[in-house]
Order: sequence, then structure tokens, then C-alpha cells
Amino acid sequence: MSERAASAASDADGAGVGRSWRRKVRSFFHSSEGFRGYTLLSPTLVVMLFSMCVPFAMMVVLSFWTQTGYDLNFDTAFTLDNYTKVVGGEVYNKLLVRSLWISAFCTFATVIISYPMAYYVAFHVHRRKVVWIILMTLPFWTSYLLRVFTWKVILGFNGVINSGLIWLGVIDQPLEFLLYNPAAVVITLTHAWAAFAILPIYVSLEKIDRSLLEAATDLGDGPVARFFRVTLPLSLPGVIAASVLIFVPTVGDYVTPALVGGPDGLMLANLIQAHFGVINNWPGGSALAIVMMIVVGIIALIYIGVTRLATRNIA
Amino acid sequence: MRKNVPYIERPNRPLFLYAVLFLAFLYIPVLFLPLFSFNASIYIAFPIENWTLRWYREMLENEPLFAALMNSVRVGAVTSVLATFLGIFSAKAVTRYQIPGKNPIVAVIMAPLVIPGIILGVALLILLNYAGMSLSLYTVALGHILLCVPFAMATLMSRFEGFDKSMEEASADLGENAWWTFWRVTLPTVFPGVLASVLLCFTVSFDEFILAFFLGGTDPTLPLYMWAQLRFPNRLPSVLAMGACILVISFFVVFFSQWLVRHDRD
Repeated sequence: MSERAASAASDADGAGVGRSWRRKVRSFFHSSEGFRGYTLLSPTLVVMLFSMCVPFAMMVVLSFWTQTGYDLNFDTAFTLDNYTKVVGGEVYNKLLVRSLWISAFCTFATVIISYPMAYYVAFHVHRRKVVWIILMTLPFWTSYLLRVFTWKVILGFNGVINSGLIWLGVIDQPLEFLLYNPAAVVITLTHAWAAFAILPIYVSLEKIDRSLLEAATDLGDGPVARFFRVTLPLSLPGVIAASVLIFVPTVGDYVTPALVGGPDGLMLANLIQAHFGVINNWPGGSALAIVMMIVVGIIALIYIGVTRLATRNIA
Repeated sequence: MRKNVPYIERPNRPLFLYAVLFLAFLYIPVLFLPLFSFNASIYIAFPIENWTLRWYREMLENEPLFAALMNSVRVGAVTSVLATFLGIFSAKAVTRYQIPGKNPIVAVIMAPLVIPGIILGVALLILLNYAGMSLSLYTVALGHILLCVPFAMATLMSRFEGFDKSMEEASADLGENAWWTFWRVTLPTVFPGVLASVLLCFTVSFDEFILAFFLGGTDPTLPLYMWAQLRFPNRLPSVLAMGACILVISFFVVFFSQWLVRHDRD
């Protein structure tokens, strides 16, 4: 009915109606901020959602299949074999636990050494703050491969430390315990990720209202008490963000263990990579990757929950 | 006199010392690469007895290295432009409009920052294999765009946040349409952010190894080429020379782009 009326009207005054329609559409776009925002956002969001969700979904599907033969032919019958192998496999569990420990150590070390640095720049640098911030974060942007490789050069059997100490006459024989162990992985990862941890901590420190610190001082808190009762609790969101930002990616790192880890420092990601390379068992590798993600996700959620609860109790 | 200065504003010597040590920890290990690239011996060890530029000369005559470099530049150029393009829209949308569910949306776009590279690489590899696409520089660029959009968006968001909305409104009131307002008002104002985003995305793509490792075909990017060279001890010096060049250039590029984003916001 209304359609016919509209078409009749457009016959009578086509241009006018067309314009009013256009105006209506345009006014809808202009009036609804959310709609305009979504329109602007949608290309990026669609690209990102598609290129993350579809591959992940396919990885999940693949993890329930089996690979037959060498040429990536898959038997599509549903099976849980890949998961039972991962959950029951001693090697897998050992590597998973080791990866988690290495990442946990690395996260802890990174946050501990980054916090004072972020604190210094947030509270004690007044001129040329920008230069300090850039200097702190600059190494993060440079080649990850080179930053890892440099530790191989430093810790190696004939590396910087060993040859330097021999040259100086401190030791006669190269120290063998420097490279190819979990400690080397932790040191390398800490160095590689320190610049990444600083920014969230710095931002949360910078946001703290300075009058709160003055109030604490006026009410009789010394520097130490003030730090633990005001500064630290208020900066915890930054610390939590930094921890998660480092813990999650480092669990899945395989360049560092491959270069400086040696056999004792290999991590789960090396095994995942091998499943897509020399072992050539893609479904098995997918199952491993999924188990790793789930475990890491659960740990990160527990960590966030516990620290939030603790902060609330302090406050 | 000193009592009037709030405690927090007084210089803190121990913390300053710590800050210097921290920067030393960040930078000194990386500086060993350039240092040993001038070492005449192929063994990386102290003392350095003879200095040489031989490795740099060899690097310039190295054809495969040059090919890998060009591959990386091509991938980096495509990645940085497309990622920044996607970043502009999303950064403008989330900073300028009241969008319901903004935080989860930003979290989704930022997710590649946190997802381990190996997971992203493997998942994309499975998809490409299923779609029957052969691995090439295009697939590497695809992975890099996914990785770079969060960086582009974060960089541009900080720029859009300092942007005065009334400028755009004035332009609209004076009769410019949305497209011309964007070209003549919005873009010039956020241009430093756009340039910074392009440079940062280029650096990230240029240095990225893990995704390129899984998604690369027969044409290696520069990090893939270096990775392959690391297996041969006698090629190590030229890797060092190459690494030194990459480090120096990316330091300057990143410093400049960070300065673009931050210098007038302090």
C-alpha cells in the first residue's frame, strides 16, 4: 500500500522524493553516532575477525582429524586421538610445564626490572620525558631475531663473556653453563621483552593523581608506606597488563629456545613447529597448539582474577 | 627552601643510577653485533686484533641477500600502507564516536599483539593450505597486515585522541562535505600519526620472523635469509654486518616515528 503510494508520489515529483529519501538516509547516519562509528569500524573489524576466527576454527577442526600419508591428506573421521596423545604424553607435558615455568620466570623478572625504570620516568623525569620514553621502548621495535641472536654471541662457548674473561685472565677454560639451558632462555626473553613491559606500567603510574601522594604524606606516611599503600596498588592494573602481555606470547616463543635453549631449554612451541615441519603431523600440531592456548588462557584469567581480588582487599 | 619542593619532585639519585643501568642492559648486548661486524676474524671473540670493512664489502656484493632485502621492502611497503589504511578508520571510529561495546571491539583488534606468533602462523598456514593458496610473499604480507593493524591502530588512536572535534564541525559548517573534510582537515591534522604508523608497521614487518617462517614460500624475506645463514659459521660475519645495518636503520626510523607521535603531546 505505502509502496504504491510512494511510487505514485515519485511519478508526480520524482526528483523531490529522491532527495528526501537521501536526506532521510543521511540524517539517520548523522543522528546515530553508534551506527556511524560501526560503519567506519566495520572494514577493519571484518578483516581482523575473519583472518583470526576462520583460521582458528579450521585449526580446531583439523585437530580432530588424522593425517594420512606425507602429502597433507587428511582422514576427516572425528577422533580424539590427538588430544589423548597430548594430554597423556610425557614429553608434551614436560615441555608444557617447562614452557610455563620459563615464561613465568621471564614475566616476573621483566616486571621487577621494568617497574623502577617506569617509576623513575613517571615521577622523576620532568624535562625531555619523550626522549626517555622513546629510549626505553626503542629496542622493542628492532629485529627480534637479532636481539635473540646477540645473546648467542654473548653467552656462547667462544662468546663475548667467555673470551672476555679469558682475555682478562679471570678464567682459563670457557664456562660451559652459560649457553644452551633454560636460564639462557629466561635471560634472553627478559632482555627481549623488557621494553614491552615498561609502557603499560608507565601509563598506570603516570595516571596516578599526585594529590593522593601529597595527602598520604600529610597524613603521616613515610616514603615506603606511601609507596605500598598508594602508588603500588594504583599502578597494579599496569603491572597486570604488562604481565599478561609478556606471559602469553613468551609461552609460545620458539626462536629463543631454538637459538639459545639447547636440548634442555626447548619449549612446547619448538615441538609445535616440528609438527608442521619435520614430524609432518598437522593435526597433532594443531591439538598441541590448542591445548597450549587453553592452558595459558586459564592461567592468565586466574592471575588476573587473583590480583584484582587482592587489590580490592588492599583498597 | 628544599622543604617547599614536594618530595616526589626532588631528584632521586639511586633511581637515576638504576635507570642508566637499565638502559645499559637494554642497549649494550645489542651493540655487540655492530662491534664484531668490524672484526677481521670470523670467530666472535675478544680480543679483537684486526679491524676490517671486508664483511660490509662482501655484503654489498651478495646477490641473494639483496634479493631478500628487496622482498622484505616489498612486503613491508604493502603491509604498512594497508595496515595503516585499516588503522585510520578503526582508530577514528573508536576515538570519535560513542560506540556501544567499544572495549571488546578494541580488544579483538588488538588481539594479535598478545596471541603467540606461532599460533597465528600455524592457524593461517592451515587456512591457506585448505584454500589451496601457495605460499609466497603475498601470504607473508597477509600475515603481517594482521599483525600490524594493532600497532597502526594504537599509534593512530593516540593521535586522534588529541584531535579537536570542533575543527571538523567548523569545516562541515563552512560547507565542505565529509570526504573533503577528511582530506583537508582530518588528514593533515593526524598526518604525523599516519606517517608514524606507516614507519612503525614497516619496521615491524621488515623485522618479523615467525609469521614469515610459516607463511613464506621460496622467496625469503631478510629475516628468513639471516636465519638460514646462521647455520653456517663462516657466514656469521656477514650476518653481523647485515644485522648492524638493520639495527642502525631501524633505530633511526623508529626514533623518528615515535618522536612524530609524542613530541607535541608532552
